[in-house]
Amino acid sequence: MATQQTQVLGRALLTPAVALLFVWMIVPLAMTIYFSTLHYSLLDPGTESFVGLENFRYFLTDPAFLTSLRNTLVLVGSVLAITILLGTPLALLLDQPVVGRNIVRLMVIAPFFVMPTVSALVWKNLLMHPVSGLFAFFAKLVGATPIDWFTDAPLLAVILIVAWQWLPFATLILLTALQSQDEEQKEAAEMDGAGALSTFIYLTLPHLARPITVVILIETIFLLTVFAEIFVTTGGGPGLQTTNIAFLIYSQALIQFDVGNASAGGLVAVVIANIVAFFLVRIIGRNLEA
Amino acid sequence: MARKVTSRRLMVSTAAAWLFGFLIFLPILWMVLTSFKTELEAFAMPPTFLLFHWTTENYATVQSRSDYVHHALNSIMVAGGSTLIAMLIAVPAAWSMAFAPTKRTKDILLWMLSTKMMPPVGVLVPIYLIYRDFGLLDTRAGLILILCLGNLPIVIWMLFTYFKEIPKDILEAARMDGATIGRELVYVLAPMAVPGLASTLLLNFILAWNEAFWTLNLSTLDAAPLTVFIASYSSPEGLFWAKLSAASTLAIAPIIILGWFTQRQLVRGLTFGAVK
Repeated sequence: MATQQTQVLGRALLTPAVALLFVWMIVPLAMTIYFSTLHYSLLDPGTESFVGLENFRYFLTDPAFLTSLRNTLVLVGSVLAITILLGTPLALLLDQPVVGRNIVRLMVIAPFFVMPTVSALVWKNLLMHPVSGLFAFFAKLVGATPIDWFTDAPLLAVILIVAWQWLPFATLILLTALQSQDEEQKEAAEMDGAGALSTFIYLTLPHLARPITVVILIETIFLLTVFAEIFVTTGGGPGLQTTNIAFLIYSQALIQFDVGNASAGGLVAVVIANIVAFFLVRIIGRNLEA
Repeated sequence: MARKVTSRRLMVSTAAAWLFGFLIFLPILWMVLTSFKTELEAFAMPPTFLLFHWTTENYATVQSRSDYVHHALNSIMVAGGSTLIAMLIAVPAAWSMAFAPTKRTKDILLWMLSTKMMPPVGVLVPIYLIYRDFGLLDTRAGLILILCLGNLPIVIWMLFTYFKEIPKDILEAARMDGATIGRELVYVLAPMAVPGLASTLLLNFILAWNEAFWTLNLSTLDAAPLTVFIASYSSPEGLFWAKLSAASTLAIAPIIILGWFTQRQLVRGLTFGAVK
């Protein structure tokens, strides 16, 4: 039973963290909301004026918004598909007895710890370069024409880089979940004559449903705001081909210095992220009860 | 018979796992190899795999350029500083929620989590303007502040899940024996909390080290950590691949090694306890 003394102390210890996070969340967000209603350009200071929802109308009807929304969805969807479709078999494989499993694990996890600017530049230059990249060499080896990734398929190139960074995350979480699976249940199923395939479909897959959901939600939160990989490889181009919403807002804010419009875009990004966050927080909250 | 099948299965899964592992690791391996080549050989086609003239010249160049050391120090100070400050704020908060929970504890935890869900780009404009007006742009203090706030929810959550696992009975027993809260902290809690504290520290150091949204947007030179320094290699010409590789290898090697130690905590830290 917590004494009154501990209660008071507990509140005192909690306050700094809550206060800081509260300020960190409320102040910038309130400012973003305020700016989003202004005509406010850093190139033209002193001319701020209230324009109501004009920035939202402008941002949402700007063709660049639709393009970048589409790019964002393609990027998030593709990376999710790649990391889960590859991560699940990889996790199943690493759950098997394998000689040198720990070393394989280390190799599989490593990309997650590479800083985004490094992975983007290593992929762009050392691997995807159309003349001297490793991929071009492999392509020539099998008699194919090397792909000029960042000219012909720039969005796909960004997707591959980001998927490589997030594959370890999906694999590691699914592997952790697999290792908590009830072995006896599996053995019982095998004794009852269930084949490997039906054990997988009826026991393992349902067991993985929740971790897969968690992977999808958490990756989505981070993938919605992929920035560094685009910043160092394509700068959003060619044209708008690799501009996602995060990059569009960045370029409106810090390249075109249009504070009002960028703020409206920022709020759109917050709303999109919150839709995903709503589901994630519910799942985590349910787990907290248990 | 059964044994034979098992050993064949072992061979197949071993071969498959090593092949996958090697392919995933290949970009990093290739980068490390390139860092030991001359610039000419780094760009050569067909590429040389192992039989090239190994040189450590790139590392010498990278080390002797004062700017690399400057940015590496920035990385250490920014990642280390923001992690330490976050820990100082988070330890009391997590302790309080784990050991003196109230009706609102769960709501507070979930609310803290939701602050992490806010896309940084949503508050880029105000943060940039605040930083400009307070002279925090391109300062280490500014980066430490923002990375500390950004990672605070994860730090609190990780610590909370660790503290929660410490059996409360032990505290009761200590209290029965007349231990004060201070003694309880030092002699009972601290030893049991050390592994959790260490892995939280490590994982958040890694996250702060690799953070590349705020660092790219809020620093250019003086305070720029390695993420920004490496980004400066993005100019289109292919003349500096070997040096880029050497600088990159130096920038990620310590973190990969630290990361390997924290792989299990990584799952806990990044799924907020939803997967164990």
